[in-house]
Amino acid sequence: MYAFSEEQLQLRDAVRRFLDDKSTTQQTRALLDSAESYESLTYKSLLTDLGVGGIHVPEIYGGAGLSYVELGIVLEEMGRNLYPSPFFSSNVLAINALLLAGSEEQKSEILPQLIGGELVGTVALYESSNQIDLHNISSGVSQSRFSGTKTFITNGSDAELVVLVTRSEDQEIGFYLVRVPNENVECREIESLDTTRPLSEMSFNDVSVELLLGSDGNTFTAFIDLALIALSNEMVGGSQALLDSAVEYAKSRVQFGRSIDSMQAIKHKCADLLLEVELAKSAAYRAAQAVTDSESTISEFASLAKVAANEAYMQAAKDTIQVHGGIGFTWENDTHLWYRRAKSSEVFLGTSSTHQERFLQCHVQANGGS
Amino acid sequence: MNWSESRVQTEVRQFLDSEWDSNLSLLEWRNTLIDSGWGMPSWPERWFGRDMPVSLQGVVAREFAEVGAVPVARTGIRLLAAETLLAHGSDAQLGRYLRKILSGEETWCQLFSEPGSGSDLAGATTRAELDGDTWIINGQKVWTTSAHHADYGLLLARHDWDIPKHQGLSYFVLNLKQPGVTVHPLKQMNGHASFNQVFFENARISREDQIGENGEGWQIAMTTLMHERRNAGNIFSDTSNEKSFDGTIYAEYEAENKILMEPYTWYPQRAGRVDLALPRAVATDRIEDPIVRQELAKLLIMSKCAEWTALRARAAQQQGQPQGPEGSLGKLVGSNIAKQASKVHTMITGIDALETGQKSPEGGIISEILLSVPAISIAGGTDEIQRNIISERVLGMSKEPRSDTGPFKDVRKN
Repeated sequence: MYAFSEEQLQLRDAVRRFLDDKSTTQQTRALLDSAESYESLTYKSLLTDLGVGGIHVPEIYGGAGLSYVELGIVLEEMGRNLYPSPFFSSNVLAINALLLAGSEEQKSEILPQLIGGELVGTVALYESSNQIDLHNISSGVSQSRFSGTKTFITNGSDAELVVLVTRSEDQEIGFYLVRVPNENVECREIESLDTTRPLSEMSFNDVSVELLLGSDGNTFTAFIDLALIALSNEMVGGSQALLDSAVEYAKSRVQFGRSIDSMQAIKHKCADLLLEVELAKSAAYRAAQAVTDSESTISEFASLAKVAANEAYMQAAKDTIQVHGGIGFTWENDTHLWYRRAKSSEVFLGTSSTHQERFLQCHVQANGGS
Repeated sequence: MNWSESRVQTEVRQFLDSEWDSNLSLLEWRNTLIDSGWGMPSWPERWFGRDMPVSLQGVVAREFAEVGAVPVARTGIRLLAAETLLAHGSDAQLGRYLRKILSGEETWCQLFSEPGSGSDLAGATTRAELDGDTWIINGQKVWTTSAHHADYGLLLARHDWDIPKHQGLSYFVLNLKQPGVTVHPLKQMNGHASFNQVFFENARISREDQIGENGEGWQIAMTTLMHERRNAGNIFSDTSNEKSFDGTIYAEYEAENKILMEPYTWYPQRAGRVDLALPRAVATDRIEDPIVRQELAKLLIMSKCAEWTALRARAAQQQGQPQGPEGSLGKLVGSNIAKQASKVHTMITGIDALETGQKSPEGGIISEILLSVPAISIAGGTDEIQRNIISERVLGMSKEPRSDTGPFKDVRKN
C-alpha cells in the first residue's frame, strides 16, 4: 500500500518519457504567446496512444479500469512537466462528475468521447468571487433551464461540454450538462496569474440543461474530494520539479570561489524543502489509495493532502526563486511558470486555512476527542 | 538452509513448548534461550544465532508474545555493543562479552560525546596512550546514558595526534568498575538526570580490549551509530505484551526493565505528546478557538504525513531498496512535530502551563513537554547535522570546505 508496484512504476516512466519528449518548456512558452492553450495532437496522442485518457474509468465505458492511484501517478508527472492541456478539466473533473452522477446511458454516451479527447469537458464550480465554501452556491435551474454566471472555469474556452454545478428546484446541488458553443452562452477568458491553466467566466442566458441523474449534495462532496486528491497529486509533481531545479542550479552556481550548494544556508533550505515535498507526496499517495479502497476517511485525507501540497508547492516555489537569486526573478528563467501554477493550485478548491478547518472537522467527527 | 515462515513458526513453537517455563529464574531461562539460538535468531550460528533472515524476526517475536516468553536482554546500549562486536570484534572478544550481554548480567554504555566534540564527534580529545600492554586513558565523556549502572563502555579515544583527526581515533571496551573512572550525573534543564559525565584519570584498558586496529575507531563508531539510528524505534523498549501471564520470572524481568527504562521516562514528552493535543483541546473547550483549531490541524496533518512517510520508507526497504538516509528525514520531521506540539499545548493550556508538579495539568506532563522538547532537536545528531546529511547524501550537494584537515594537533579546538 505504501510502495508503487512494478506496473505503476512503468506507467510513471512511460508518461514521463512521453512528456519530456512532447512537452518541453520551450513549447509551453510558445503556447502562452499563441491563441491556443494546448497542443491538440499531443493531447490526443497522450490519451489514446498511452491510454491514460480514462485511466481510472471502468473498461465498460472505454477506460483502462485502473484506480485513482494510477490517475495520481499520471497527474504527478503532468504537474512535474507543467503540461498545458485540458486533462485536469476534462479527464479528471468532467469525467468524475459523470462517474459519480451520470446515468448508465449518460456515461455510456459521453465517457468514451471524453476519454478519447473527441470531446473536451470542464466543470463550472465557482459562481462569485470570494466563494470560500464551495457548497455556497445560490444559482439554480428552473424547469430545466439555467440563467446565471459561473466563473474560474478551468479550460472554459477549450470546452465543448460544461458540467454546471447548481441547485435544483428542490435546492439540492446537482450536476447539469450544457453543450458549447451555444448562442445563449457567453464565454470570456479571465486574465489569470497562471496562464498554463486558462480560466474563463461564462454567462448563461436561459440555456437548456440536462441533469446528471444521480446528483445530490453528497455527490458534490465526493466530487470535491476527488478533485482535491487529483490536484494534490499534480501539485507534488510540480513541487519535485522545483526542488530538482533549485538543487541543480545550486550545484552549478559559483560565488565566493565555491559552488553555493556547499553553503549550509542553501543546503539546509533544500533539505527542509525535500522533507516538505516528501511529506506532501505521502499525503497525496495515501489519499489516492483511500479513494481506491473506498475508505471512510476520504474527505479527511483529501483536505489533509491539499494542505500538505499547498505548503510544499508554495515553499518550493519561493525557495527555488531564492536559491536562483536575481535570475530567478526574471521572465526568462522558467521558475516563475511553476510559481504561478503553485499559486493558482494553492487557491483553487481552497487555501490551507480552509482545509485545515475542514480536516479538523472530519478528524474530530471520526475520532471524537481522541 | 531454506527459511520459510511456517518452518520458523513450527521450530520456535517446538522450542518454547519444551523449554519455556515462567517459573525459571531469569538467568536460567536466558542461558537456555541463548544456547538455542532463538534469542537472536538473525545472528550467526556460531554466536548464539541461527543465521535466520531478519525479515522473519517478526514471526519469532509473535510466538514469544503468544506464550509470554521473556526475550534475551537486547534493549539499550548493550545491543549496540553486541552489534559492534559482531561486526568488528575478535573471536576472543565475542567469546568474552556476548553471552553476558544477552543474559543481562552485564550492562553497557556508549562513551563517544565529549564536552568539546558534540556534532563534530571525530574531534574527540580523550587520550589513549599505550604503556606496554595497557592503554592508559585520560579525558572526559558526556551525555552517557546509564553510565552509573554500566559494567562496560564503548570508548572512542585518540591514540595519535600527529595525523588527521578521523585517522587518529581508536575504539576500546572500557571496564567502568575501576579506580581511574569517575561517574557524575548530569542534570538537564527539565530537572531529570538521565545522563552522566564520565571522567578518566589514568584509567586502564588491556590491549586485548581494543576493537580493530589503531586508527579504525571512526569507522567502528559509525557501525555503532548506524545501529543506533536503525534501532531508534525499539532501542528503548522491548515488545510490549497486552496479555498477562503468571510466573516468578516476570518480577525479575520487570525489575531489569525498570532500571533500564528509568532514564527514558521523559522521552515521550520530548517528542511533544501529539496524542494529548486533541483530547486536551476538547476537554478544555479550547477546540472552540479558531486559531487553536488551525494550529492543531497543522500538528495532526504533519504527524500523519510523517507516519505515512515512514511507512513508505519501510515499504521501499521491504522491496529490496537499501536503507537510505530516510532516518534523517524522520528525525528532522520529528523535531518539527515536537516544536509544533509544544506550541499547541501552550495555546491549549494557557496560564496553567506555568504550573509544574503532580497537581499541574496532566500531572506535570504538560510542563515536562514544554521543558523537554528542545532536546529533540539536539540528541542523536542535531537538526542541522540531519540537514547536512539529507542535502549531501540524498540531494548530492557538496560538503562545506573544511578547516580541520592536517595533523589534529594543529587543528583549532575548544
